[in-house]
Amino acid sequence: MSRWSENTVEDSPVAVGRPTASTEKILRSASELAGSPKKFATTNVNFWYGTHHALHDITLHVPENCVTALIGPSGCGKSTYLRCLNRMNDMIEQTRVEGQILLDGLDIRGPKVDVVDLRKRVGMVFQKSNPFPKSIFENIAYGPRVAGLKSRDRLEQIVERSLVQAALWDEVKDRLNDSALALSGGQQQRLCIARALATDPDVLLMDEPASALDPTSTLRIEDLIFELKENYTIVIVTHNMQQAARVSDQTAFFYEGHLIEAGVTNEVFTNPSKQETEDYITGRFG
Amino acid sequence: MSTTNIASDNPRRSLVVDAARLRRYRIEGMVRYVLMVCAGVSVLTTVGIVVLLLFESLQFFGTVSIVEFVTGTQWAPQNQQYGILPLLCGTLLVTAGAALVAIPLGLGTAIYLSEYATPWIRETVKPALEILAGVPSVVFGYLALIVISPIIRDWVPNADPANAACAAIVVGFMILPTVISLSEDVLRSVPRSLREAGYALGATKFDVTVKVIVPAAMSGIVASFLLAISRAIGETMAVTLAAGGTPRITANPFESIQTMTAYIVEKTGGENAHGTPEYRTIFAVGLTLFVSTMLLNLAAQAILSRVREKYE
Ligand SMILES: Nc1ncnc2c1ncn2[C@@H]1O[C@H](COP(=O)(O)OP(=O)(O)OP(=O)(O)O)[C@@H](O)[C@H]1O
Ligand SMILES: [Mg+2]
Repeated sequence: MSRWSENTVEDSPVAVGRPTASTEKILRSASELAGSPKKFATTNVNFWYGTHHALHDITLHVPENCVTALIGPSGCGKSTYLRCLNRMNDMIEQTRVEGQILLDGLDIRGPKVDVVDLRKRVGMVFQKSNPFPKSIFENIAYGPRVAGLKSRDRLEQIVERSLVQAALWDEVKDRLNDSALALSGGQQQRLCIARALATDPDVLLMDEPASALDPTSTLRIEDLIFELKENYTIVIVTHNMQQAARVSDQTAFFYEGHLIEAGVTNEVFTNPSKQETEDYITGRFG
Repeated sequence: MSTTNIASDNPRRSLVVDAARLRRYRIEGMVRYVLMVCAGVSVLTTVGIVVLLLFESLQFFGTVSIVEFVTGTQWAPQNQQYGILPLLCGTLLVTAGAALVAIPLGLGTAIYLSEYATPWIRETVKPALEILAGVPSVVFGYLALIVISPIIRDWVPNADPANAACAAIVVGFMILPTVISLSEDVLRSVPRSLREAGYALGATKFDVTVKVIVPAAMSGIVASFLLAISRAIGETMAVTLAAGGTPRITANPFESIQTMTAYIVEKTGGENAHGTPEYRTIFAVGLTLFVSTMLLNLAAQAILSRVREKYE
């Protein structure tokens, strides 16, 4: 089993003086990645916003119980791709998808698929945090409630567990009934992560979940991602190259709506096969 | 010093004010005063109305005790009986009935238009609502008498020909466009990101609408109700025609009643010597009306301004 992730962590400048004594980070090896069942298998996915062709023939597999990072410059289609995976783009008028998106072998755009159940299994944390104008408790209890859970005790357990997982519990445990809008931007972002975890999905789609977080909370979230991937499949969009290198097993580089390359994170970062990837990564590293 | 083309076309002018510039500044100063007068007209009108209402009402309360006015149960100024309660009761009955019609119907329509309707339906229904809002109230009143009243009397044979229910229903339809368009506005202004948050958690459209969108828009919705109710209180022509015109304290909506506004119409049209208490009842009733609608409007404004802050 490859442990090269430790090296990556030490090499990256942010890692100096890490505040958390985290659990041992284990990234999956190339053979493990190849051996994992495909959670999502997308083939030749094309996407249009009206006439704007935002995704071109994306063929990408998301292995189960692994972290897949989507990287690429702003506007390259990372969010669009992510939102195809839980059919969130259905809600935008005049959009069109083509190609095949399989979740556990089932075409999620098939006629018999219940999109509500799909989204219960494929949770999402949005790029801009979007707490409901309700209390902290109600924000997190919303998902379980609409799924039919009524027991107050169970809801309280779920709220606590989710907030602990999202590294927010200590800050809010005494004010669960306060409005979520009174939280700081970073707290709201963690609240949204907790809210997505509360429904206990199989897959977690995270669109820049750490963009408004301080380094400590960011590392807590990264620890969380490590913990979660034992049971969940995670797809994360990030602009932070070190973060991609630290947490992901597989990295996919998008550029202008095309998937330029995808592979084991270590390979993509140390030995990219395409010039664009190298330019992007090195540009970011400075 | 590097000068661009624009700068060289426009050489630096002297800072000294010459006669031509002085004249221009004077004109600009005058514009300011003209505009101020325009604004002043409406302010002065408001002040004038309030002063007149207060002045005449004070004179009225010089001859009629305010306690009698507020607590008296008979309204018969021709017999020196000045209890406003029957008129208040009439207004309340019509307003409550109108709210009962307009609130569920209006909120339901607003939710349908903002959450469920296709753009095509929305674009068709909204102008239709504007037309409804544009129907003159005298037409509404007349329709109430010839359409609603017979239907009511089919169901309730001993109902008066013109009655509170008849007026309430028609006023309900008159304030419907207010409820719908304001509620629909606040519902649609709930950010898309909140809807997405709901759907991403596996909520159905109904869950998102009822448990996210409507609660998020609640204060705005309540404000739309208050504004509509204050319109119902002030509504005059339709209730004058459709409510009957008998001041009485009753909870039976099928009796003929009189509202404050209808009384004012009746009195203003009648021939009364200026300066008598009977004549001055117009102002005392008008003041009561003014205060009640103003309070409702202020409450609605306060709520709406809180709504605006919420998402910023
Ligand atoms: N709702 C929309 N309607 C029309 N065009 C859109 C919409 N959302 C995104 N686009 C366009 O699609 C392209 C891809 O957008 P997308 O949001 O997927 O980019 P991204 O990679 O997530 O960028 P960022 O890193 O800035 O979030 C962009 O050109 C964008 O302008
Ligand atoms: Mg994005």
